[in-house]
Amino acid sequence: MLRLGFELARRGYGRYAAYPGATWAGVFTNTFFGFLIAYTLLAVFEQRDAVGDYDARDAVTYTWLAQGMLMTIYLWGWFEVALRVRSGDVATDLQRPLDFQGYWLAQDLGRAAYHALFRGVPPFVLGALVFDVLVPGNPLVWLAFLASVTLAVVTSFAFRFLFNLAAFWLLDYRGAGVLAMVASTFFSGQIVPIAFFPHWLAVLAWALPFAAMVQAPIEIWLGHAEGLELLGLLALQAFWAGALLLLGRAVLAAGMRKLVIQGG
Amino acid sequence: MVETFAIYRRIVASRIRSQLQYRLSFALTVAGNVLLTSLDFAAILVLFGQVDALGEWTVEEVALLYGISCVSFALTDIAVGQLDQLPRMIREGEFDQILVRPLGSLLQVVSADLALRHLGRLLQGLIILGVALTHVEVDWTPGRAAMPLVAIVAGVAIFAGIWVAFSAIAFWLIDSQEVSNAFTYGGSFTAQYPVNIFGRWLRRLVIFVIPLAFVSYFPALYVLDKPDQLGLPSALQFASPAVAVAVAAAAWVVWTTAVRRYRSVGS
Amino acid sequence: MIELDGVEKTFSVRLKRGRLRRERREVRAVDGISFRVEPGELVGYVGPNGAGKSTTVKMLTGILVPSGGRVSVAGLDPARRRVELARRIGVVFGQRVQLWWDLPLRDSFELLRHIYRVPYDRWRANLDRFSEVLELEPFLETPVRQLSLGQRMRGELTAAMLHDPEILFLDEPTIGLDVVAKVRVREFLADVNRERSVTVLLTTHDLADIERLCSRLLIIDHGRVIYDGTIERLIDRYGEERTLVVDLEEPAPPLEVEGARVVRVEGPRQWLRFRRRDMTAAQLTSAVASRAPLVDLTVEEPDIEDVVRRIYAEGAV
Repeated sequence: MLRLGFELARRGYGRYAAYPGATWAGVFTNTFFGFLIAYTLLAVFEQRDAVGDYDARDAVTYTWLAQGMLMTIYLWGWFEVALRVRSGDVATDLQRPLDFQGYWLAQDLGRAAYHALFRGVPPFVLGALVFDVLVPGNPLVWLAFLASVTLAVVTSFAFRFLFNLAAFWLLDYRGAGVLAMVASTFFSGQIVPIAFFPHWLAVLAWALPFAAMVQAPIEIWLGHAEGLELLGLLALQAFWAGALLLLGRAVLAAGMRKLVIQGG
Repeated sequence: MVETFAIYRRIVASRIRSQLQYRLSFALTVAGNVLLTSLDFAAILVLFGQVDALGEWTVEEVALLYGISCVSFALTDIAVGQLDQLPRMIREGEFDQILVRPLGSLLQVVSADLALRHLGRLLQGLIILGVALTHVEVDWTPGRAAMPLVAIVAGVAIFAGIWVAFSAIAFWLIDSQEVSNAFTYGGSFTAQYPVNIFGRWLRRLVIFVIPLAFVSYFPALYVLDKPDQLGLPSALQFASPAVAVAVAAAAWVVWTTAVRRYRSVGS
Repeated sequence: MIELDGVEKTFSVRLKRGRLRRERREVRAVDGISFRVEPGELVGYVGPNGAGKSTTVKMLTGILVPSGGRVSVAGLDPARRRVELARRIGVVFGQRVQLWWDLPLRDSFELLRHIYRVPYDRWRANLDRFSEVLELEPFLETPVRQLSLGQRMRGELTAAMLHDPEILFLDEPTIGLDVVAKVRVREFLADVNRERSVTVLLTTHDLADIERLCSRLLIIDHGRVIYDGTIERLIDRYGEERTLVVDLEEPAPPLEVEGARVVRVEGPRQWLRFRRRDMTAAQLTSAVASRAPLVDLTVEEPDIEDVVRRIYAEGAV
């Protein structure tokens, strides 16, 4: 079982490793945006010393982490399952003696590993060469960060999976996904750290699952969550990951029923 | 030339007709697009929730930059956004089909489809531009009033030129087309902010190499009668149209060279 | 009308050798091709995969620029005067679609009218004629993406002909079509060639297309023309083996005749293979008749496929 999972992950990894050109182009884009956003945030710190528990260095570090994590987490733009539902191929998939959700999750983890290495690390390293960024000294923080990123990937996958399932019911599944994309991009702290949000908005952001996808790992890296708080953050992520996965299974079952009854 | 645009108009008209067939879906898509593109401005508002000025530009002034940039970019996206499909077209042989027709290749690529959903960004940009223009402290003269319009027209040419030139990369490196995103979508983002907040190398890049500063920054300096913190000559504030022409010309050269090379080397 | 003189096309290919090293290799896709097609001819262009067929057609239609040699199509150099030439030729790629995917078929035709600047009356007349011949009426309003392969191909052929091209280039037009559809396409091409004197260059893997349509056949392999002539001459010269099918009065054990071998027996019928150079059909017939009473007989000529396959396998002939 685990062996199968590993093989699927490897496959997921390989599918993206096959296009090195696209990867390097992506690194270029991430890096360019990293510079743009970093300068924008630094402009804020010309006026103030700190925003929440962020100082200038935190903000810049945040920028480069967010850019590095963009493809690793893959918040939106993934429609593989929806495409298979649309084309009808999903019927054959569902007949295989595999757990459908698990099948895609395993591949996504492999993909995330590739993107973490080749689209996560390079922009951060490039950014670190130009800007003063924070790198944690404590190995426990690194460990927690890795755990957090993994949970973030799972959460993001569960969310994407859910939205792909909309294809069972909607012709224009992409359109439906736009709202989710909007929400997830903004409320994950991808554009501006949640710490910058006005209080009421920040509360809303943390109530949604998106913060668990991007903001949480960054908070851990920056050392803003320690000890019990850190565990709490990881637990929050685990909660969202689990909840969204379960929801995904329920929706999938409903979709399968529809397929069987109506022939898709 | 007139014929060319007549054909463009026709292709676009059929596309519009076919997209409008699904009214509800279309409306939702546009609405979704408005929301999505508003995120950029939402981010600006969030930043201004913490400070009064970015690089000594107030929120109304930044909104002006944003409005001009957004409207220009939206119009460009509608006009030439199809260039993003170029790698796929090359890969699937559709570009060869284009070469067999008695019409310019660039025209055929950009008129292949028209994504009306980009109207969402346009709408959002116009609203914010309108609000900005009514709230900025400006001593309005005819010249200052005309400048936003000039900036938008020049902006479209500059963005379009950048888009065309960088999309042509697809003829050399099929996989790496995403590089162009850095300068098209990234360019749009850049033009939403005052150039003086960027690091020196980036400032130089967007003024002298990929002249995004001429889309919104310099025209806005003129409208607002703001002293340029970078200390550059004020003549630059009127240079947008000239820059636009130069960029368009350069883009045309890049495109034709790229197609010529494609025809020599195959795919 | 179409003239190639020592045309060459070399591609520079980068191959991966191991993890990091790249090797640059020159591939001569087209290695000195010369031939002429006169106006009004219907010529078949055949060759194994990778022989250089598509590369040749791309050079003839202006998509690719030759590395060497001279190309002239309708008196124009396709590489230099692409747009001008495009008005006078029609091109159909079997595996690709030139029609607009989401639009109804009719809209595609309308757009082409403007792109090719066809006068309305002429366009209308052509459309009506082709519509009738190819029976397009039932699906003129259907979006192209909803059409079946056969319907789409009929649409593509119409689209290629609406502007009265002088030359028609076809690349695998019958691929994937059912028998009925293939016949329709072939009839259309024969009509168009006969009635409108359109010169046709037909690239295909389907040798039945060639047999039914083409007077002349060009075989290309490894970037060179290895045969240029009629089909009869091809079979005549290179179709080695013929088959005599005899119906005997009564079933008999396989006949033993020198120079021929029995390849199949079904009751009173026997198939005898013999080589053209060894004996004539008449000689074999009398040899058979002297061994057993004959009721009837036929002579089967070699299959063009067998011939071409042999040529591919053995190289230049």
